[in-house]
Amino acid sequence: MAVAEEIPRITYKVPKKRHPIVRFVITQPLGAAALVFIVAMFIAGVFAEYVAPYDPLALDYGAMLAPPSWDHWMGTDAFGRDVFSRIIYGARTALAVGFLSSLLGSGIGAIIGVVSAYFGGRIDMAIQRFMDILLSFPIIVLALAVVAVLGKWPVAGLDINLIIAIAIPMIPKVARVVRSAALAIREMPYIDAARAAGYSHSRIIFRHIAPNVVAPFLIMFTAFIAQAILLEASLSFLGLGVTEPIPAWGLMLSGSSQEFYREAPWMIVFPGLAISLAVFAFNLFGDSLRDWLDPKIKI
Amino acid sequence: MLRYTINRLLLMIPTLFGVAVLVFVLLRLMPGDIVELRYLMDGGQISPEVLAQERARLGLDKPIWEQFVDWMTGIFVGDFGVSMWTGRPVWEEISSRFQLSFQVAVMATILATLIAIPLGTLAALFKDTWVDRLIQVFAIAGLAVPSFWLGMLIILSLLLAFNWIPPLTFKPIYEDPWYNLSQLIWPALAVGYRYSAVATRMTRSTILEVLQEDYIRTARAKGVFERLVISRHAMKNAMLPVVTVIGLEFAFLIGGLVVTEQVFNLNGIGKLFVETVTRKDYTMVQALVMLVATFFIVINFIVDLLYAALDPRIRYR
Repeated sequence: MAVAEEIPRITYKVPKKRHPIVRFVITQPLGAAALVFIVAMFIAGVFAEYVAPYDPLALDYGAMLAPPSWDHWMGTDAFGRDVFSRIIYGARTALAVGFLSSLLGSGIGAIIGVVSAYFGGRIDMAIQRFMDILLSFPIIVLALAVVAVLGKWPVAGLDINLIIAIAIPMIPKVARVVRSAALAIREMPYIDAARAAGYSHSRIIFRHIAPNVVAPFLIMFTAFIAQAILLEASLSFLGLGVTEPIPAWGLMLSGSSQEFYREAPWMIVFPGLAISLAVFAFNLFGDSLRDWLDPKIKI
Repeated sequence: MLRYTINRLLLMIPTLFGVAVLVFVLLRLMPGDIVELRYLMDGGQISPEVLAQERARLGLDKPIWEQFVDWMTGIFVGDFGVSMWTGRPVWEEISSRFQLSFQVAVMATILATLIAIPLGTLAALFKDTWVDRLIQVFAIAGLAVPSFWLGMLIILSLLLAFNWIPPLTFKPIYEDPWYNLSQLIWPALAVGYRYSAVATRMTRSTILEVLQEDYIRTARAKGVFERLVISRHAMKNAMLPVVTVIGLEFAFLIGGLVVTEQVFNLNGIGKLFVETVTRKDYTMVQALVMLVATFFIVINFIVDLLYAALDPRIRYR
């Protein structure tokens, strides 16, 4: 009589190694929601031709200052242009300017920060003094001055000089944060080892230090996209940024929209909402990216 | 400490000199000048002699380094020159508008502080509850909403609700306090919202940090009322970074005003700056930038000193 004894099975819970994106969604649900919104905005901006119901520049004198309706979801402006379509095309402008200027500003700032930390001494001192000078301007004052100096340089419908003007005020801030991160890394033994091995300065900077300051760089980069969108809207509102007829959110708020407060409040409400939501999404995403990558960093 | 103070004071001089050089060079790099802008804008036919004469009158014909030396020596004797556009002394142009902007900035600061400190404290005390989340949303939204758009929304709602818009001409507060406040409270609200958002976040995070400290545990252990723990032990220690943020943001307010003043049609420093930049009025832009930069550097310096004065643990070398 063979008793088939059941062998008790022991199951172990092995923590599943999830994909980093999945982990991000689980630990930072708000940040993930913001990311979804950002991606949606991107798609709308890139494929504006297919998403927007109307041509953003098409004048329709039969439908001037028309209130929101099924035909015009967000109404029309003083020239009968569809506000919703203009906002979608405006996303293209805002994202292009935001991304490029943030990339430029935080890229240059990061290089300056790492170089400053690596060489130290007089070079560090000189760079930091110059950064102090740039920091003593309010952002918009500096950007305004640069815009006025550079004039316009349109490339494929984008004003490169506007991008430069928005990027410049970011440089000293990024340089500071990256410098302090790089200062800590400079003291690491492996940097000494690299130096002892006789590697060149540029190799140590780009291969040994730079990869270790990627976290603060990425955080600053996303945070500054939000700031760049806000700054672009402010400059365009003042008439010194993006100019007609290119659809841009800040520009939509200036000029005629202020004359029709009473008649057409939708001309004011929707573009501002677009700016706020875009900035909100990038801020939220930036915050959760910071919590996720490195909770110690404060900006 | 004294050495640190003196060092910082001395460091201000090269920084301000750098600002002066930078703004001077930037302006001279601008394509065209005020003379061209003024006489050739409408496509008018003006002889080159007249243009040369006008440039000589404004001192624009001199070599650049000489113009710079003239400007610098002027500053040292307190003479900022005359506006190239209006011909009035720069100092007069600025001081007549400074009052308005300064008042809006001060009002915004007061509003922001009054909103931020209680809200930030509440959020910290009720961490991870719906109170905290609500306040956090308020704060993150404050960072996203452009102040000029908020200003437009305020005007819009006043118009729709009361069929009234804020008065457009400025009267000083000592002449007609009610009129003055009814005009300036709205722009102060518009720029103050963002300001309060920054300060709320700071208050929340510092109070959360302070609540982790040993002396809070000690106070609780010896049976101090929770209310006193918060108000005497936590708040007192948490206020330092908050004061810093409030100080630093005050200097940034001038920047925020650049756009918001346009919305409310206020004739302040910000509007003046935009006007003078587009007019290429060199003397005015230079003076305004120097004013703002000095303001900013001095406030930065005071905040650092306050920090050390308020917290004996901080020692600068």
